[in-house]
Amino acid sequence: MSVQINKQREIKSFERLKDLKAFHFIIEDSNLTRLFLIMIFIFVLMTAMKPELFPTIDNLSSMAFQFPEFGILAIAMMIAMLTGGIDLSIIGIANLSGILAALTMVKLIPEGSSFNHVMLVILLAMAVSALTGILCGLFNGFAVARIGIPPILTTLGTMQLFTGIAIVITKGTAVYGLPAQFSYIGNGTLWILPIPLMIFIVFAAIFTVILHKTSFGLKLYMMGTNPTASRFSGINNAVMLMKTYMMSGLLAAFSGLIIIARTNSAKADYGTSYTLQALLVAVMAGVNPNGGFGKVTGIVFAVLTLQFLSSGFNMLHFSNFFKDFVWGAVLLIVMVTNYIINHSKKKVSKNTNK
Amino acid sequence: MMQEHLIKVTNVSKSFAGVQALKNIDLTIKRGEIRCLAGENGCGKSTLIKIISGAHVPDEGDIEINGKHYKRLHPIEAIREGIQVIYQDFSIFPNLTAAENIALNSELAKNRRFVNWKRVKSIAKEAIRKIDVNIDLDAKVENLSVADKQLIAISRALLQNAKLIIMDEPTTALTQKEVNALFKVVKSLQQKGISILFVSHKLDEVFDLAEKITILRNGQNVIDGDTSQFDKEKFVYYMTGRKISESHYELQQESNQCLLKVEKLSQKGSFYDISFDLYSGEILGITGLLGSGRTELAMALFGLNPADSGRIYVEDRLTEIKTVQDAIKNRIAYVPEDRLTEGLFLQQSIGRNIIISTVEKLLNKYKLIDSEKMNIQINHWVKELNIATPSTHLPVQALSGGNQQRVVLAKWLATNPKILILNGPTVGVDIGSKTDIHQIIRELAQQGVGVIVISDDIPELLHNCNRILIMRKGRIVGEFGGKSITEKELAHQLSAT
Repeated sequence: MSVQINKQREIKSFERLKDLKAFHFIIEDSNLTRLFLIMIFIFVLMTAMKPELFPTIDNLSSMAFQFPEFGILAIAMMIAMLTGGIDLSIIGIANLSGILAALTMVKLIPEGSSFNHVMLVILLAMAVSALTGILCGLFNGFAVARIGIPPILTTLGTMQLFTGIAIVITKGTAVYGLPAQFSYIGNGTLWILPIPLMIFIVFAAIFTVILHKTSFGLKLYMMGTNPTASRFSGINNAVMLMKTYMMSGLLAAFSGLIIIARTNSAKADYGTSYTLQALLVAVMAGVNPNGGFGKVTGIVFAVLTLQFLSSGFNMLHFSNFFKDFVWGAVLLIVMVTNYIINHSKKKVSKNTNK
Repeated sequence: MMQEHLIKVTNVSKSFAGVQALKNIDLTIKRGEIRCLAGENGCGKSTLIKIISGAHVPDEGDIEINGKHYKRLHPIEAIREGIQVIYQDFSIFPNLTAAENIALNSELAKNRRFVNWKRVKSIAKEAIRKIDVNIDLDAKVENLSVADKQLIAISRALLQNAKLIIMDEPTTALTQKEVNALFKVVKSLQQKGISILFVSHKLDEVFDLAEKITILRNGQNVIDGDTSQFDKEKFVYYMTGRKISESHYELQQESNQCLLKVEKLSQKGSFYDISFDLYSGEILGITGLLGSGRTELAMALFGLNPADSGRIYVEDRLTEIKTVQDAIKNRIAYVPEDRLTEGLFLQQSIGRNIIISTVEKLLNKYKLIDSEKMNIQINHWVKELNIATPSTHLPVQALSGGNQQRVVLAKWLATNPKILILNGPTVGVDIGSKTDIHQIIRELAQQGVGVIVISDDIPELLHNCNRILIMRKGRIVGEFGGKSITEKELAHQLSAT
C-alpha cells in the first residue's frame, strides 16, 4: 500500500517537473526551434533590406554553391565534438587530400585523353582523397585514443602537420588544370539544384541516420556524455574515438574535393578561416563542447543562418570586417540566450528535486 | 539566565517552485545535547540543515537562537551564533596542509594581511589538542584519511566558537574503529557544552550516540523523542512509513554447477592470491574496508583492470578476461560502486541508459536500430523493475537514487548475465528501494544466476548472502555462512588488523 503511495508521489513530482519543462529533449528541441526562427528572421530581414537582389533565384543558387564545402566541415567538427573532443585539423585534411587528388588528375590525364580515361582517373583521384582523409583521421584518432594526447592539442599539431605536408608537396603554389568533367562537381547543376548542395544534403542525411539510427551513433552520444560509464558499459572507447576521427577526416576530404572542383585549383592555404568558423557553427548549432549532445539539423540551420548573413552583407556592401563582427555577435547572442533559458530551467528543476 | 535550549525552530515551512520540502517543522536542541536527525533520502533533512545554517530562508516560521528570534537568518549571523555545519565533503582545501586548513579561516576572519606561519601552526596545535586527537599538521590534507579530514573540519569549527555542530552523515566513509574514535570526540564536545545535531540513518550509531531522535518523513515531523523510546523496528517504521521484515536468503538447493572459479588471482598493489568458487544460485558476499582490494577484484573480474596473474574459469572453461567486452561475452555483468560516474549517463534518457549495452541485439536487417524492438525492451525493464517515471525519455538524473540504481540494474539484466557482480548495490538508496533491490537479487539467484555482492553494509550481507568472504589488505582472510555469524562478529572481523 505505502509503496503504491510512494510511487504515486514520485510520479506526481515528475509531473510537476514536466510542467516546469525539465524534459531534456524539449530543451534541446527548443534550442533548435529558436535557431530555426533566427534563421527565418535573418532571411526575412535581408529580403526586406534588398528585396530586388536577395530573394532571387540567382542569389539563392549562388549561396547554394558557397555553403556546402563549409557545411560539410561543420558536420566533421560536430562529430568530433560529440565525443567531447574537437578536430582543428579539418581544413588541413581538406587541403592536403584536395592537393593529392588534384595532382593525381593533373599527372595522369595527359592532353587529349579519352572520356573514359578521364572519368576513371577522376574516380581514382576521389579515392586518393578519401583515403588521405581517412588516414589523417586515423592518425588523429590514434594520438587521441591510444597515446592519450588531448584532442585540442593533437589536432592543433596535425593541422600544422597536414598543412605543412601540403606546402612541401606543392612548394606553396597552387595546382591548376583540373579536367572540366571534374569541375562539374563544384559548379554544375542537376536541373536547378547545384551539385555541391546535393552532396551536402546527402551527407547531412547519411549522418543523421548514422547518429540516430545506428548503434555506433548511440554509443557515440553516450561516450561523449560520460566516457567512464561507457567503458563500464562495455563500449570500446578507443575504437569509437578512432572511428569518429576517421569519419571526420573523410568528411573533410569530401569538402576538399568540392573546394578544388569549385575553384578549379588546389592550394595548401585555402579557407584557413574555415576551422574556427566550423567550430562556431557547431557551437551555435547547440553541439555541447563537453560532448554528448548535438544534431545535424542544428548544423544545417546554423550554416544557413551564417550564409544568409554573409550574402546579405555583401549586397549591402558592408566591409568584410563588419561581417566578422556580426558573425561573432550572432553566435554570442545565440549562446547567451540558450544559456540563460536552459540555466533558469535547470535551477527550477534542481530545486524541485529536493 | 540562559535559556535551556540553544536553538528552537518553530513551525518552519519551505517550498521550492511549488514543491513543499518542509511543512510545519519544529526542532529544539538543548545546550550540550546530542540529537539525531533521521529520515530517508529526500525527506527534507538537508533543507532543514540549510535553514538552520542560514543557507535557505524559510517561507514561514521562526528560528530562535540564544534567545534571539530570526525571520531571515543570514549565514554570517548563523556563524556568529556559533552554528557550524560539517558537510560530507568537509569543504576543505586538499592541497593545503592540515594546519593551514584548520587555522586559515580564523586568520582570514581577522583580516590579517600577512600570514604568520608560526601562529598558524600554534593555533592548529591548540585546536586539535582541544579534541584530544593526533594529526600530522604538516601533511597535505589530500594525503590524509577520511577520518582525519573530518577531525580537521571539526577542529576548524571549534575555532569559530561553535555552539552547535551539525554533522551530515559523518560516518559514511569511516571504519568501525574510526567511528568509535569520532564518537569519543563527539561525547567530549558534549561535555564542553556543545550541542550536536547528528544526521544519520544508521540505526546502531543513532542508538549508541544520541539522546534524542527527530525523524522526518516527506518534509514533516513524524516523531520526536528520547532514544530509549525507540527500537529498531519502530525506527525503520517511522522513517519509511512501512513495516519491513527481514529474512535470510537460503540456498534453494546445493548446485554443483560452478559458474565462476577464481584461482590465485593477483594484482600488484591491490589483491593477492584470491581463490574462490561461485555456484549457480548463490549470493556470495565480499566485504572488507575501503582499500581492502574488494573493488579492484571486481574490476579485474569484469576486465576493467585485468589481474597480473592467476586463472579465471567461467563454467569450467579457462577464460581470459582482458577487456569489458570479454567479460560481457562470458555473460558477466557489473553494477559499479559509483552509480553517478560509472554506472549512468546522467544527462541521457532513461531508455538510452537501459539499452546501451544491448543495442547490438536491437538492430533490424539493415543494421539500423529497430525502434519497435527498442521500445519493447525499454518498457519491459521499466515494468519489470518498477522504475517510477512518467516517461522513458526523461534524463536519468531526474530520478531518485533508488530508481537510478534500478536503471543500472536494468541495463545489465538486459544482457542476460550468468554472473552478476554488484558493488555497493544499495548505497544512497532509500530503504523502500533497498528492499526491492534485495528482492530482485534473490529472484535472480533463484533463477540460477551467480551473484556476487560487494558491500560494507553488514545487515545487507547477512540477510542476503548465503556465503560471505572477508578481505583485508588484498587477501581473503575468512569465509562465513550467512547464518553462522552475527552482525557484531562480522563487524569485528572487518576492522581487525
